[in-house]
Amino acid sequence: MNKLKQTGLTLVLAMFTVLANAEDRVPDPKDFMRSNGKIYVVMAVVVTIVVALFLYLVSLDKKISKLERKS
Amino acid sequence: MIRKPWWKILTFIILMYVCTMGFLVDIPKLDGRLQHSVRNLFFHVPMWISMMILFSTSVVYAVLYLRKPNSTYDIYSLEFARTGLIFSFMGLATGSIWANYQWGSPWSGDPKQNGAAIAVLIYCAYFVLRGSLNDDEKKARIGAVYNIFAFFMLFPTIWILPRLVESLHPGGLGSEGNPGLNPNDTTSAMKMVMVPAFIGWSLLGVWIATLRVRVALLKEKQLNNE
Repeated sequence: MNKLKQTGLTLVLAMFTVLANAEDRVPDPKDFMRSNGKIYVVMAVVVTIVVALFLYLVSLDKKISKLERKS
Repeated sequence: MIRKPWWKILTFIILMYVCTMGFLVDIPKLDGRLQHSVRNLFFHVPMWISMMILFSTSVVYAVLYLRKPNSTYDIYSLEFARTGLIFSFMGLATGSIWANYQWGSPWSGDPKQNGAAIAVLIYCAYFVLRGSLNDDEKKARIGAVYNIFAFFMLFPTIWILPRLVESLHPGGLGSEGNPGLNPNDTTSAMKMVMVPAFIGWSLLGVWIATLRVRVALLKEKQLNNE
């Protein structure tokens, strides 16, 4: 448990450094992800959601198949 | 067939294509009114297509049940209708979001919106009706009869009614054109994403419905064994 807390704290602190650095960095405006009004950020989000949805469906499918084999 | 993996992999590939190309494909410049929101064509419209496919499958099994009262047909009919209803809710919700920015308010009482809402409510009544009956056989038989009625109300309310009147929705040009889409705004590059989107999202709906069917069949088997 202690170890878990330590790891969590380290991660949170690590996030702070990332955030602090993010302000210093000047993003390249020609970056693909930042082009076109940052619409491709939405694309990345949608793709993540759909992939997660599929992983969930596959796991459900596997569980049901297992139950079917049992009965 | 419903347990084969190949069409599930196909669904994944098609939807990955749709979710990336849906954002990457070039869209026509349409006097600044739709802008990028026209990309909703790949996400909002397929919800309705998927709903229509699920409800159509449901009514086929309802007819099969009435011809030969086999409880498996009833399970198929019920679970396909259930998944179809979820897709219709997603269609209404995504449509309202889009309408808020395109027509000024989430619900403008447009004939297309009202027609879709009536269709959805008629299908909600299917579940109320089934829930109000205790006898399983009666539930299945009356449910199947009502399902056929609901299906034949669906098409007038979402296809015919919006064609007859003026509507804000694309295709609402009186009796001209198609009740869902405005073909003048759709380029052939967009159709290359739109058609896979229709197929992909419909297959996803079918997959979810078949999972529910399999659970219901297992439950039935368990009840018979006890």
